[in-house]
Amino acid sequence: MTFGAGDRVRVSDRAHEGHHRTPSYVKGKRGRVERVFGRFTNPETRAYGADGLPEQVLYHVSFAQDELWPSVRRNGSDTACVDIFEHWLEAE
Amino acid sequence: MSDHDHDHDHDHPHEPITSDGEPPAAARARALEELLVEKGLVRREDVRRSIDRLVSRSPADGARLVARAWVDPEFKKRLLADARAAAQELALDSGPSPVVVAVENTETVHHMVVCTLCSCYPRALLGPPPDWYKSLPYRSRAVSDPHGVLEEFGLELDDDVEVRVLDSTADVRYLVLPRRPEGSEGLGEEELASLVTRDSMIGVAQPAAPAPA
Amino acid sequence: MHDRGAWPSDTPIDRSEHELADWELLTDALVDVLGDEGLMNVDEMRRGIESMPPGRYEQTSYYERWLFAAETILVEKGVLAPGELDARLA
Repeated sequence: MTFGAGDRVRVSDRAHEGHHRTPSYVKGKRGRVERVFGRFTNPETRAYGADGLPEQVLYHVSFAQDELWPSVRRNGSDTACVDIFEHWLEAE
Repeated sequence: MSDHDHDHDHDHPHEPITSDGEPPAAARARALEELLVEKGLVRREDVRRSIDRLVSRSPADGARLVARAWVDPEFKKRLLADARAAAQELALDSGPSPVVVAVENTETVHHMVVCTLCSCYPRALLGPPPDWYKSLPYRSRAVSDPHGVLEEFGLELDDDVEVRVLDSTADVRYLVLPRRPEGSEGLGEEELASLVTRDSMIGVAQPAAPAPA
Repeated sequence: MHDRGAWPSDTPIDRSEHELADWELLTDALVDVLGDEGLMNVDEMRRGIESMPPGRYEQTSYYERWLFAAETILVEKGVLAPGELDARLA
């Protein structure tokens, strides 16, 4: 378990051919780990008939909306939270 | 016949309607079932049972969790720590997800749940998701224009409230614990549960107001 | 195409709801049972949906995508022969 609650992280900005659950709108963006959810099977391999092992650590990561995009209406404090696997996160 | 707006995220099906009013997918689904049953891969009774389960689900179980949290502060703490375990306390099935999280709306934070990648939703506690939750416009705008979406749903928030959008990208399922309505102090748990709407547990609405005394 | 977060959208959210048709309930149940029987897991199912050609993805209904995914994955695994479902409908 590389990260803990409160850690600043950046989502990897890499192209990934094939099934993955990291939405493009957070790739390359900076966030904060809010919670460590523990280990889950990896959907990226399980989607192709493998067993999804070894399990990967999943994190609840918050992003300031200001960091994600200029949007139509928002408060400065608005956030979006996304569940992201460890292999998509880098220390910031 | 009304004009169809062919916006690029228009997601009404365009399949031809057959003479008995069903889309071609209907016959396809039935044929798939036939093939799978013939091959001995699925049993018809398992399919029926699954349908029965699906249609029996409603937001009532989610509402029970919320109402209990409103009247019992210790239960609320447990619900916010581990909603799956809290549901088990009330003998409720919170579904196959190993982690279910209840998030509390407060004076300063309002939560909204979406699945931008598909349509993940706490079905065991809320029943099947509404069409709009699965729609392309909701999936795209919930995360980038939550205030706009909430305005469309008629929900007004104070200017200084943080809107926190939760995108269900993994196996964790989210349930919003909405704020207890004003004027509901005298109500019992069952009456409170009847105020808790599905949309308030998704985060696009507030619970219903209590009926005037 | 499935990765919709922040996709530009001018369309108002259509809040009308429809009761699931029998075939939609059936499709949901088939996917559920296929999962229980170990024939298709949820990640494969999602991957199946994502493999839909982009134009089709936006033009099909929710459960039509599920049906497409189930057929795609089952044919890939050799559970169904290519065209077997079409032949059954002919």
